[in-house]
Amino acid sequence: MTTLTDRPATVAADDPRLRDRSAARSYAVLGVLVAVLAVLPLVLDDQTETVAVRTLIFAIMAVGWNLMSGYGGMFSFGHAAFFGIGAYTSAYLLVEHGVSPWISMVVGAVISAAAGCLIAFLCLRYKLAGAYFALATFAFAQVFLLGVQNLDFLNRTEGFNVPILSEDSWTMMQWKAGSSFYFWIPLAILALGLLGTIWFVHSRTGQYAQAVRDDEVAAASLGIHVMRVRLVTVAASCALTSLAGSYYTQYYFFVGPEQAFGSAVSVNAIVPAVIGGIGTIWGPLVGALIVGPLSEWIADVLREPPGFLSFLEGLSGLDVAVYAALLILIVLFMPKGIYGTLRDRFRS
Amino acid sequence: MTEPTITGTASPAPPDPGGTRRASEAAVPLGVVAAVLVAIVLVYAVGQRSNELVTQSVVTGLLLGGVYALVSVGLTLIFGVLGIVNFAQGAMLTLAMYLVYEMTTSGGIPVYVATLLAVPVMFLFGVVVQAALLNKLTLAGSHEGPLLVTLGLSLLIINVLLMIFGGRPLRVPGSVDGSIDIFGAVASYERLIAFGGALLVSAALLLFLRRTSFGMSIRAVSANSEGAALVGVDVRRIYALTFGIGAACVAVAGGLMAPFLSLTPTVGEQFTILAFVIVVLGGLGSVTGALLGGLIIGLVQTVGALYFPGTGSLILVFAVFVLVLFFRPEGIIKAAS
Repeated sequence: MTTLTDRPATVAADDPRLRDRSAARSYAVLGVLVAVLAVLPLVLDDQTETVAVRTLIFAIMAVGWNLMSGYGGMFSFGHAAFFGIGAYTSAYLLVEHGVSPWISMVVGAVISAAAGCLIAFLCLRYKLAGAYFALATFAFAQVFLLGVQNLDFLNRTEGFNVPILSEDSWTMMQWKAGSSFYFWIPLAILALGLLGTIWFVHSRTGQYAQAVRDDEVAAASLGIHVMRVRLVTVAASCALTSLAGSYYTQYYFFVGPEQAFGSAVSVNAIVPAVIGGIGTIWGPLVGALIVGPLSEWIADVLREPPGFLSFLEGLSGLDVAVYAALLILIVLFMPKGIYGTLRDRFRS
Repeated sequence: MTEPTITGTASPAPPDPGGTRRASEAAVPLGVVAAVLVAIVLVYAVGQRSNELVTQSVVTGLLLGGVYALVSVGLTLIFGVLGIVNFAQGAMLTLAMYLVYEMTTSGGIPVYVATLLAVPVMFLFGVVVQAALLNKLTLAGSHEGPLLVTLGLSLLIINVLLMIFGGRPLRVPGSVDGSIDIFGAVASYERLIAFGGALLVSAALLLFLRRTSFGMSIRAVSANSEGAALVGVDVRRIYALTFGIGAACVAVAGGLMAPFLSLTPTVGEQFTILAFVIVVLGGLGSVTGALLGGLIIGLVQTVGALYFPGTGSLILVFAVFVLVLFFRPEGIIKAAS
């Protein structure tokens, strides 16, 4: 069932000494990575920084999706549901009740985790697996989309505009345009997500989750509480995705039903993870670092194409078409993704 | 992944045990039809809407449901035989509609003739997609791989169409104006033709699967691909041709719907979603289930719209979907394994 995920991870981490060493190495890589990335907003111009922030949001979603679908083996086609809950919780609490985004982010994450657990519990209790599970998550995201479009207190199709303050405010998470804080906050969330992933992968629960993914019956017969392990994985995944949604609202000062719950959002969570490598720690990040700048670069080229490409000027759709083609090629020729394939090559 | 519903009535039913269970399984579709009829009667009797309005909704819903069924038949066939959840079904529908659009506007071909011409083109497209992109993954038994490839394909088709035709809505010139009166409800000829065409093609497909030797190979592969391969069926070829037939179904559906839909690159997406609902409702892999499911969802949508305007009636559709997924994931017509 999980041909795209990476099985040897469970085996490789059997020896506790090996496990500790590999965990320590991952933490070190993460530290260096965050330190390097943290300098970026100081050197990038405003427009490139916008791309970088968007890439970070992609990355957070992909890391979140990967927890549930890569390590948990529960293929979610509806992560927009949890992104949207985060985005809307944040927007609603701020606009209607003046709650600080820092607090509403946490509230959104808790609601998302609870909603995710409920959905997953229902699906798993009725033994929905594989394609059925994916379809069910997809359906739930659609139900949320339609629900928001029809609920008066969520402004139906109009969505929410975040009031823009005239002065910097830490409590309201607003600074003057182009401030580096707009980059550092999603970077911190991403670091948190990766930290959590590394910890999870090497923890007992994470090992159980991978065992359940690889063979549910065998795992259960060894005394693993399958449902509990799965729900923990789902909760972590949904909470992280929700944080991305909350930050999206804060960064773009606007959220509407399609931006929050549209199926394109689910796709944005899946594609970077698949391109980078499902079921690996760094794959989703690598994928996001490719997809984010790539689609921006193509959009740029289309706005002002060089001479020999002038026939492409003003075409919309090419950016998505290119990353769709990339997605197909990766699934066909590098089922472990770019990072997963490279890592395997270096190991052998 | 085998889904023997498509095997239909090939094997005579063995005697008991199981006879009573089979009988109760047969009762489900009948029960569902009865429930739908009762619901409609209730809407008439105590629904607090004028009778003309309800009749109009029922007629529109049935006409719409027929075309839904046709899109879904292709999807359910592909799932039944290949085990692939084809996420690109809606995008292929859009592709077929643009094909018909191009032939009618640039080539001056009447829309229904263009539909006939689009069928072999889409069939070939489907065969190539399966042979070049999906066969390897299908044979490896992967679930997520084909899902991701068809997702990519769907994005690719939609965005290439966007590049070529732009995002503004286009209209395919219709050739049959006018409408007739059915029990006081208005039904345009274009919608009637679409409904009739959809039923005709679905019936032809069922006959083809049951009566021809080629159809028998498809059912054999669906029931047991390894066994079929052992007796000399070329499984890869059957896979490719089946995907081609699924694509041909959306070509017919696209051409029949083109006269009364405004055409944008994303027009098919709503049909992908509805087709999933329909095939799960009908029973994944069951052609008759898809027909029945299509009609029911069409009715739910239009009659529901009497009470939930706008996108509200779609919530009803999804409520049905989620309930069916949880309480009867095998759908109305269960695979008789």
